[in-house]
Amino acid sequence: MRSRRSLLLLATVPIAYLAYFYVYPLTTILLTGLVPNGRVAVSSFVDIVTNPAVRSVAWFTLWQAVLSTVLTVLLGLPGAYVFARYRFPGRSLLRSLTLVPFVLPTIVVGVAFLAVLGPGSPLGLDLRGTIWAILIAHVFYNLSIIIRGVGVFWEQIDPRIEEAARTLGAGRLRVFREVTLPLLRPAILSSAALVFLFAFTSFGVILVLGDLRHTTLEVEIWRQATAFLRLDLAAALAVLQLVAISAILVLYGRARNREAAELPLRPPGEVARRPRTIGEWALVAGTLTMLLVIVATPLAMLIGRSLSTPDGIGIIHYTNLINPPGAFTVFVSPLEAIRNSVGFALPAVVIAGGIGLLSATVVVSGRGRGGGTFDTMLMLPLGTSAVTIGFGFLVALDRPFDLRSSLLLIPIAHSLVAIPFVVRSTVPVMEAVQHRLREAALVLGATPRRAWREVDLPLVTRALAVGALFAFAISIGEFGATSFIVRPSTTTIPIAIFRLLGRPGAFGEAMAMAVVLMAITAIAALGIEGIRGKHSGGV
Amino acid sequence: MLGVSELTVRYGTETALDRANLVVGDRSVHVLMGPSGSGKSTMLRAIAGLEPPESGDITWNGTSVLGVPVHRRGFGLMFQDYALFPHRSVAGNVAFGLRMQDIDRHTINERVDDVLELVGLPGYGDRSVGTLSGGESQRVALARTLAPRPRLVLLDEPLGALDRSLRERLLIEMRSIFTRVEATVLYVTHDREEAFTIADQVAIIRNGHIVADDVPEGLWHHPPDAWVARFIGLENLCTSSGLARLGLRPPSARWTAGVVPPEAITMSATGERSAIVAGSHFRGGTYRVELDIGSDNLLVFWSTTGVDAGSEQRFDVDPDQVRWFAG
Repeated sequence: MRSRRSLLLLATVPIAYLAYFYVYPLTTILLTGLVPNGRVAVSSFVDIVTNPAVRSVAWFTLWQAVLSTVLTVLLGLPGAYVFARYRFPGRSLLRSLTLVPFVLPTIVVGVAFLAVLGPGSPLGLDLRGTIWAILIAHVFYNLSIIIRGVGVFWEQIDPRIEEAARTLGAGRLRVFREVTLPLLRPAILSSAALVFLFAFTSFGVILVLGDLRHTTLEVEIWRQATAFLRLDLAAALAVLQLVAISAILVLYGRARNREAAELPLRPPGEVARRPRTIGEWALVAGTLTMLLVIVATPLAMLIGRSLSTPDGIGIIHYTNLINPPGAFTVFVSPLEAIRNSVGFALPAVVIAGGIGLLSATVVVSGRGRGGGTFDTMLMLPLGTSAVTIGFGFLVALDRPFDLRSSLLLIPIAHSLVAIPFVVRSTVPVMEAVQHRLREAALVLGATPRRAWREVDLPLVTRALAVGALFAFAISIGEFGATSFIVRPSTTTIPIAIFRLLGRPGAFGEAMAMAVVLMAITAIAALGIEGIRGKHSGGV
Repeated sequence: MLGVSELTVRYGTETALDRANLVVGDRSVHVLMGPSGSGKSTMLRAIAGLEPPESGDITWNGTSVLGVPVHRRGFGLMFQDYALFPHRSVAGNVAFGLRMQDIDRHTINERVDDVLELVGLPGYGDRSVGTLSGGESQRVALARTLAPRPRLVLLDEPLGALDRSLRERLLIEMRSIFTRVEATVLYVTHDREEAFTIADQVAIIRNGHIVADDVPEGLWHHPPDAWVARFIGLENLCTSSGLARLGLRPPSARWTAGVVPPEAITMSATGERSAIVAGSHFRGGTYRVELDIGSDNLLVFWSTTGVDAGSEQRFDVDPDQVRWFAG
């Protein structure tokens, strides 16, 4: 147990960091949007957000998010059901596979769907710039939220409740409508709220697939700030965006609270069984095929098209990344972009790891002494869109110190997104250690210092490694915030992919670069699974 | 010898231990038994040094250990959920306490092998603790606690997480292990059979007070009050008004309950008392006969012959064997 004073001392560093790099930029956006020229100008804010162009962007943002959410829920529910209720060969592998899209950087998702539905599509359709491409990509990206979020809950509902309804004379459909669906509703609502949040703040996908014919608030903030230099308009849009996101988060919080309803839950895994009838097998097979098509097609086609050249299959697009013909350098050569990305990811990992570890220590030691409030505060950057963070850096960080030319700016932006992940992966382990294992070590004669070294450190190191890999994957794929603060010489992989897409004739190279990014992310994700898989018992 | 005197531990406003007293003699197994929430785990944690007491004292051979930090007390504590270190092998867990004493590696390895042999897990050293069954985890936790030869072994419901048949087997094994290593043990449980099987002496704790402390036979034959009698599961605990109907009267009016030991009851056709038979069940060799003496009181005794339920039965009670209680 740490003393209150040393706890406060520990908390100072994360608090100061978040205050300067999160709260201060966000406040500056609010001031730029609501108090331009030193006067409160709510009317000019209202003028801006009621302007027809802005209204149509806001309207599009809203309805594409609603439609994306509805489609994702409809396509995700069968998957949630099949994984929750049936055992079949390859179940856990297939379930892990459905998670793949969610860990991919959004720019990769955008480019993958460009490979399927863009110009020169092997399917013969060019849907670039249409709502369809955006909707399908959103479903692909968010499907796992429904499959996981609803599935985990579905897995624990006692099937005897449904069987009771059957014996009382309700048909299958009736049971689903009147028993299963109401039971699942809180889980569906909270998962759907997350999908809605991601679709609402979608940036990479819309930028790539919407082709600027369709723009969301997120894209419009970026365009107004970086292309038209209308900081006041961008700030007003960002304020609008913040208000909308806060509303979604409140709804999400309410749904989450109701999820813990007084249901007779069974331990997961007890309920699932092998399909018995032909109908059940058909349902399982059909659903899995659908999921496989949705998940695998874009990834396979992305790889396929990165390897297709005018002279058949070849690796010319990849070799062009290493020795780019003049037309394919995007301020820097693609290889330099990879070097930049890794160069930014490492300090981002160090910062996020350090601040995250300090924060987790404060959260765990401070339970019941304000640690919980601190925990909630740490999660705030997660609910803020990446574009808002990048925009905040752009408008705020020139004063009092001009950090906008600092090389650390990009890693700092990435660390803000990554800190919550580090905290979430270390806190549970630290709590387990704190309560039981430390005591066990002390009773066996370890000094407090030795107990820390022999028990806390090795266990927390493993959790910290998971957090660090998360931070690495986040940093390497981050697009929204980076797009505001990147300079030509600091171009990262996602930025290079986006610029390559704009180069005539560099389509294959953009795909090849996206495959490289996908591979790096996949390695990080495998590392996370590997560390987590081992020793998952006990802690 | 462990001494606990007038020990009080509070969590916020809640009093977990209230001036509790206890003495554990060398090389004896002392069981601390009580219902859940009675303060028994708190007592163990306080003795181990994991809970700071508000007042009172904890001594070892007459010297207070309150100022001694947890890791220097030399008291071993086995946790109810074992708290095995997930990042260390079985041998790594068992060796932990020895390594803290800076013993050379060779001696440690020998001692680890010996202790694993003692708990019946020879050759388990390289196993990962994640692969162990419940019973194996329990043995490893016991081995880890015993390995550094603690001067006092504290066990917090060590069999609580296991199923019944495994519990009975491990209980007997533990008893013989304690005898072999001549351990001084304070053993917490809520289970009476477990307590009576393993204990040299049983203390009963209720609402943070020690309300009884005796050898098992003494506790069984002379429980200090009706609550203890009921808690340890004595049969034939009847109200004084029920017993009065049989002509059995307490020596003083403040005794409001009494226990009639089954062996004090004999069936006989010329018996002075009579009651209706509520039930008669064959239990292999003898019959368990229940007599309804009114006011919701049942008298149970053992008989070599069966009787018909519902019939009237004459019997004798030896009044000298009836034990009276207040409350």
